[in-house]
Amino acid sequence: MADIHMSAAEAAQIKTSARHGWLLSLPALVVLAAAAVGPLLIVVVYSFLEAGKHGNVVGNFSTDGWRGILWTKDIFTDSYVLADAHLTIFWRSIKLSFLTTMTTFVVGFPTAWFIATRPPKARALWLFLITIPFWTNLLIRTYAINEVIRAEGLLNLALMKVGVISEPLKLIYTDIAVFVGMTYVYLPLMVLPLFAAIDRFDLRLLEAGYDLYASRWQVLRRIVLPIVKPGIIAGSILVFVPSLGAYVTPRVLGGGKQMMIGNLIELQFLAGKNWPLGAALSMTLLVVVTIALLFYVRAANGEKSHG
Amino acid sequence: MAERRFSATRLPGFATIAMLAFLALYIPILTLVVYSFNSEVTMGNWGDLTLAWYGKAWANADVKDATLRSLTIAGLAAVISTTLATMAALGTTRRRAFKGQTFIYVMINQPLMVPEIVTAVALMILFGLIKTVTGVHGLGYLVLAHSAFCIPFAYLPIRARLEGMDLTLETAAADLYASAWATFRRVTLPILMPGVIAGAMLAFVVSLDDVVITEFVKSAGQDTLPTYMLGQMRRQLTPEINAISTGLLLVTVAMLTAFFLLTRKND
Repeated sequence: MADIHMSAAEAAQIKTSARHGWLLSLPALVVLAAAAVGPLLIVVVYSFLEAGKHGNVVGNFSTDGWRGILWTKDIFTDSYVLADAHLTIFWRSIKLSFLTTMTTFVVGFPTAWFIATRPPKARALWLFLITIPFWTNLLIRTYAINEVIRAEGLLNLALMKVGVISEPLKLIYTDIAVFVGMTYVYLPLMVLPLFAAIDRFDLRLLEAGYDLYASRWQVLRRIVLPIVKPGIIAGSILVFVPSLGAYVTPRVLGGGKQMMIGNLIELQFLAGKNWPLGAALSMTLLVVVTIALLFYVRAANGEKSHG
Repeated sequence: MAERRFSATRLPGFATIAMLAFLALYIPILTLVVYSFNSEVTMGNWGDLTLAWYGKAWANADVKDATLRSLTIAGLAAVISTTLATMAALGTTRRRAFKGQTFIYVMINQPLMVPEIVTAVALMILFGLIKTVTGVHGLGYLVLAHSAFCIPFAYLPIRARLEGMDLTLETAAADLYASAWATFRRVTLPILMPGVIAGAMLAFVVSLDDVVITEFVKSAGQDTLPTYMLGQMRRQLTPEINAISTGLLLVTVAMLTAFFLLTRKND
């Protein structure tokens, strides 16, 4: 009897605790629903409406927005043709995002390793030095790299002074400029999770492996990689996702010519005046990013259950 | 034995790459800072060391206006998001897992997962509708948008602090017949304070830095410092932008240093 009473009281307590949990979280949830999650639903609705003549939408159902992602209507023949310009932009977005992710990894892994293997005091300092750019305004960092690579920027001045080149390199407003810029601004996003993963594991394992006559390569492949894998996945996602949705960096360094998906979306709402298309493009980007994140969650959970 | 000693701290080439990475990270930022003191407009000519660009930025009414607006929005968004995040952190930690907890986590972290441009477009549409219907064009939209995307940044350090907290003091207070509110006010909140301040500072920095969402949500004449700078970058660049950037950079570094001191002291 006493047992049943106890558990009933306990159950009531758990119920109260859960109710308090919800009540305390409610104000945050309301604000997020109003200004972060809820508005996404409106984008879904807009993607299925007809485009207004001067922007905005007309209240008729239409799938033209979604069709417009890949096909455009030929004004003369009224038939649909593949939208080459869009394909170029998608391909550029994917290509540059992959390249950025790979490069930040190649540079970021040794950097994270270096930081993680310093003595505690020095480690805190190096970590702080990575954190400053991480928290520095993205626009300022984009502008900073612009100072280096633009026609009359630091790089060209230095190279011309040394005499390597006589004409300034035309880096700015090219794919390369956007790629360099994204690698620069997103590098800390790769280093931090890699550092967290490397920092967690006991480096003496490596020495043990080495003492047992494993080669450097074997140590790296059999011991290091499996252990830092969650960090690699986290870093890659953290770089790939914002690269794919990048807006500021391609706008400043691509000069409006080397557009990425983010700029294409903006164009539909400003100059292009095709809101349904812009809405459909936004949803496509969101879906791709969500798939990437789900992949990450699955990979991370898989790691946990194995290790 | 010493010959085949493996040292994880000395992998060939790793230190070199790391040093190059740090140089690559800091050279552009330092270039930007150094050229804010150049009296000449172009980088090729180094004139005199001058503070003139800072003076020019200071005297620029648009910059002053945008700075005040940035600080107002960041201040309000930091207070609002930190308050909400503190409540949510109290609601989601230190109690038995309850139904819907995962949903709350996902909601709170949602702004970190959706590309900014998508949120920006969504808010532009929604707030645009509201602006048309009500005719109200105030700063409230920006404050609300910033408060929302700052919540996860404020939430993380507060939650971390709560999870590391010792429950015994609160139990002791309750044993001494302190009311739940008194326990919270006198015991929980003071211990939690470093986490709350850290969260507020992160929220402030994140709000101060935002470009994309602000650019889409703002009404005419509501430029913040970053959107003002973005607009200027389309025109002729002068070291005035470098001066403004350096000022903003200083604020970030100061906040971060304070953040580190706050979170480290209580480890």
